[in-house]
Amino acid sequence: MKHRTFFWFFLPTGLAMLLFIAMPIVSVITQSMYAPHEAVLITVENCTPFACTEETTIDQEATRELRDAQPLGRFVGWDIYLNRGHLAVAEVAEIWRSAESWGGFFDRLGNLPFYRAMAFTLTYTFVTVPLLIGLGLMIALAVNSLHRHLKGLVIFFSLLPMIVTPIVGALILFWMIDSRGIIGNLIIYLSGDPQLSLKASTPLMWVSLIVYGIWHSAPFAFVVFYAGLQTLPKDQLEAAQIDGATRLQQLRYVTIPHLMPLVTFVALIKLMDNFRVFEEIVGFNASAHATSLSWIIYNDLSGETRQLSSAAATSVLTIIGVAILLSPVLIRTWRDFRGRRV
Amino acid sequence: MASRAQQMPTGLRILSSAFVIVWLILAAFPFLWTFWGSFKVELDFFSIADWTNALTGANTQETYGRSFTGAGYHGAWVQNEFWRNVINTFIVCFFVVCTSLTIGTLGGYALSRSGFKYVFWLLIIALIFRAMPPITLVAGYMLPFFEWNVWGILPTTIIVLVAINQPFTLWMLHSFFQNIPKELDESAKVDGCTQFQAFRHVIIPVMWPGVITTGLFSFLLAYNDFAVTAMLLSESNRTMIPQIAAFLGTTQTEGNVMFAVAAVVSATAPLFVLVMFFQRQIVSGLTAGAVKG
Repeated sequence: MKHRTFFWFFLPTGLAMLLFIAMPIVSVITQSMYAPHEAVLITVENCTPFACTEETTIDQEATRELRDAQPLGRFVGWDIYLNRGHLAVAEVAEIWRSAESWGGFFDRLGNLPFYRAMAFTLTYTFVTVPLLIGLGLMIALAVNSLHRHLKGLVIFFSLLPMIVTPIVGALILFWMIDSRGIIGNLIIYLSGDPQLSLKASTPLMWVSLIVYGIWHSAPFAFVVFYAGLQTLPKDQLEAAQIDGATRLQQLRYVTIPHLMPLVTFVALIKLMDNFRVFEEIVGFNASAHATSLSWIIYNDLSGETRQLSSAAATSVLTIIGVAILLSPVLIRTWRDFRGRRV
Repeated sequence: MASRAQQMPTGLRILSSAFVIVWLILAAFPFLWTFWGSFKVELDFFSIADWTNALTGANTQETYGRSFTGAGYHGAWVQNEFWRNVINTFIVCFFVVCTSLTIGTLGGYALSRSGFKYVFWLLIIALIFRAMPPITLVAGYMLPFFEWNVWGILPTTIIVLVAINQPFTLWMLHSFFQNIPKELDESAKVDGCTQFQAFRHVIIPVMWPGVITTGLFSFLLAYNDFAVTAMLLSESNRTMIPQIAAFLGTTQTEGNVMFAVAAVVSATAPLFVLVMFFQRQIVSGLTAGAVKG
């Protein structure tokens, strides 16, 4: 295909991505270096025959004019990144100096919004991913041994938790684990503590979110692994059997190595997806116990006063986080591409 | 057919069937439970006294004389005009799917037929864009949209969702078009067609399976989106998902929770139907990227 033809074919989609993905990134980075204008203050001296008093008021008109003239705000460089709401450099240094033990250090670090969010996001991501891969693999193996008429039905029901809107799925589960809901009731019955509430305790809320995360993502792993099992060469299994391999050994030395590329694939996709966890937190109304970077952005933007600059700084930090997680995928794609050309 | 040596021992077979049944219950029970409960009053759905109330609907019987009531649905659809949000959702989904398939097909086709080096870089850039959480872009949209006075209306949201959809659409259609033999359109070009005519007369007739699969995923992305729709739509233009989130803000009065439950069930129903009809396409779409890569 000629360059010219390619250009015209690619123009609409390229334009869409340029205008609504690439430009906003630039705009976010710019925005993150500007802080909102402070109100313009004027000091008026009121003199009575006896004494003069100074009164400071906000000059509404001048403030509005300034904001209209420079909607971005005033330039502050990296200040927003370093303030308490984001990387909190000064606070971390202070905590580092005064903390006596590691426990105390992390405890106090957890009170800073950014590190609190990171703690949950990373725990959530790295606990959920291995568990969902394990569960997905077990489902795939079990379904694969079913009768073929049953398989379609099982796949149908298995797809539901994955396809459902994240916030809707989270709500459905949230209502069930409510202390008046069915699972909440059961947990209270099992523990024998009528006061127990999942909503009130941070560790239990984290567990609920992680359970939700696994429930939501395991079907994806299942479907991918199940498709992989269909391509498993029969002769390899037979050869292993002839060599006297037990069922477990066949699984360990034939099936799992065959599925390994898919495990990597699922792990990478789900690492990236889980890093952006936030609808679950909204659905579970869990922001008092668990926050994530995406949730902070959402929270900044949805308030009465939209804190664009603060949200923008968090967005840039999130993009950097995603880039770090993405780098193995990029390297792999690069290698594949090289391999194909040579 | 599995040979006898490959048949499972009975114990293992029972264990594995039991596991599948447990998983099915885990996967399906929450939906069935919520569906059933959406026809009850709040005191039954959240029953502190006796959990069997949720099954039998004792309080519903007391209030309405029947053990099922459509009050939640009436409250959500009629009182709170949820139907407006439903219509908005389908307008958004329809235009997002059509637009993103039209421009995505052209782009994906071009990418699959061009052997130059920039194709690789375009695909890599698309992959990076695909990995970015949409909410990180929202802060960048806000200010320009306010300035241009286009914030809060459906067309803006549609265009944004189309753009966010593009990276994924391109990747899927690119790999799909690569499986259509190049000779097909090459021979059309030999017969004197331009590239576009070759695309129009030779590729379009055979591309529908891949386009339908991609369209399904575009639909799901637009339908399930919360970050963009919640931030970029004004209150009167909301789609279903942000509206459900808004119901939750006002849940304190009795009955309101049931509105949210009814709305949630209403929002899940189309997805249910979708999976029922397009199960095969969804599965093949999910595995397309994985098995090949």
